[in-house]
Amino acid sequence: MLSQIPLTVDENLPGETGSGMTENNTDYILHLADTNLLLAQRNAAWCGHGPVLEQDIAITNISLDLLGQARNFYQYAARLFNEAAILPTHETTGITGASPKDVFTEDTLAYHRTEREFKNLLITELPRGDWAQTVLRQFFCSAYSYLLYQQLQQSNDVTLAAIAEKSIKEVTYHLQWSSEWVIRLGDGTEESRNRLANAFDYLWPYTGEFFIPASYEAGNTSVVNLALIETAWAQKVSQVLEEATIWAPAAKPTYMHRGGKEGVHTEHLGFVLAEMQYLQKTYPGAQW
Amino acid sequence: MPIPGNHPQEYTTFNHETETARLWELLATVVDPEIPVLSIEDLGIVRSVTLNSKEGQEWEGKVIITPTYSGCPAMDAISMDIRLKLAEHGYGKITLQSVLSPAWTTGWMSEAGKEKLKLYGIAPPGAAEQICDKNLFETAAAVQCPRCGSYQTSMVSRFGSTACKAFYTCGECLEPFDYFKCH
Repeated sequence: MLSQIPLTVDENLPGETGSGMTENNTDYILHLADTNLLLAQRNAAWCGHGPVLEQDIAITNISLDLLGQARNFYQYAARLFNEAAILPTHETTGITGASPKDVFTEDTLAYHRTEREFKNLLITELPRGDWAQTVLRQFFCSAYSYLLYQQLQQSNDVTLAAIAEKSIKEVTYHLQWSSEWVIRLGDGTEESRNRLANAFDYLWPYTGEFFIPASYEAGNTSVVNLALIETAWAQKVSQVLEEATIWAPAAKPTYMHRGGKEGVHTEHLGFVLAEMQYLQKTYPGAQW
Repeated sequence: MPIPGNHPQEYTTFNHETETARLWELLATVVDPEIPVLSIEDLGIVRSVTLNSKEGQEWEGKVIITPTYSGCPAMDAISMDIRLKLAEHGYGKITLQSVLSPAWTTGWMSEAGKEKLKLYGIAPPGAAEQICDKNLFETAAAVQCPRCGSYQTSMVSRFGSTACKAFYTCGECLEPFDYFKCH
């Protein structure tokens, strides 16, 4: 009996797709999905290794929220691919003998795409580093996601708008938690301040990519105004960093890395994908 | 005409009101696997139950649910439990759909649910406008200890044993407890 009942809710999202299936749109959805998945995976590396039990639980709960958001984006992308009846190749899905109908799932998209196909922001694929690096990255990303989802809620793509409406409530909490940690470390002991300062120097050059539109973002009507987000993000970040007694970002113009959104990644992505995708690539379609 | 599935009723005796009420009753027996004192109805997860029937056609039914948190692992288990429960009672053909908007809020939790939470040792969420604050380093005011009833409580961690809870401690009876946080 169990085998006849689907274990997940496939019709997970509202019926209408708004702007619908275009290559730009699916690339954009995958960019959002990949970004959340990678950050979830990196944060999950703290499981059992947190500095104290409560914060171990906090960072893994955040990881779980991000994974849930990634799943919503992947499910939507999979539905668009299936509706468009694109016949996927074996290379795309890694599944032999699969029926061409409904062959894309959240899992095929997460586990059977390669480095060059991932469109996540570079900052999310970097190793977790120490606690300062983890909380500062979470703060940069949460502040960005918060503003992004605020705009995406108004998107003419009703499914993206619904995912944004759902996600922003969780992100608000992550932003609060990570802001507090950034302030606590920056305005803390000499050791914690040094660690946060090092994390800032390492991570800051990866934040410029947030605001550089990818090819699929330009001209996509469901997509947000990155320039507006940039202004608000800089404001929020300055405010928290000042309270943390470290530099105002505007005073530190620097070279900014880019490429993740277009599939050009750091050396770190291959390793984390190898670990994350190993089981599904070895036993395609394996289930718990 | 026979009603699809194993349901014994015939179309002529099909009554919207009784069937819908029966579906709600069935759904109220599905519980949150992580907080088994709460039913999915208490949590406000079930958004609607609709039945459509026309003479000469098979009737259709749809149950719409909404997830609490995007990554809540209980949601997959709950979806499966709903499908099993419906199938078990002859409603196997009813569609189960999950929607994200409007986004779930603790404001949808029933008063009965809040009472059950308290008896179970978890402080229930208060009204959103009272305690959903966004200011840094501020914590929810007036979280009552579910054991001794004291308001002399303080937050230990913003995150507790599940995504929906924060971790508190009571200054009066000194017991730690979970707080079902406002969302």
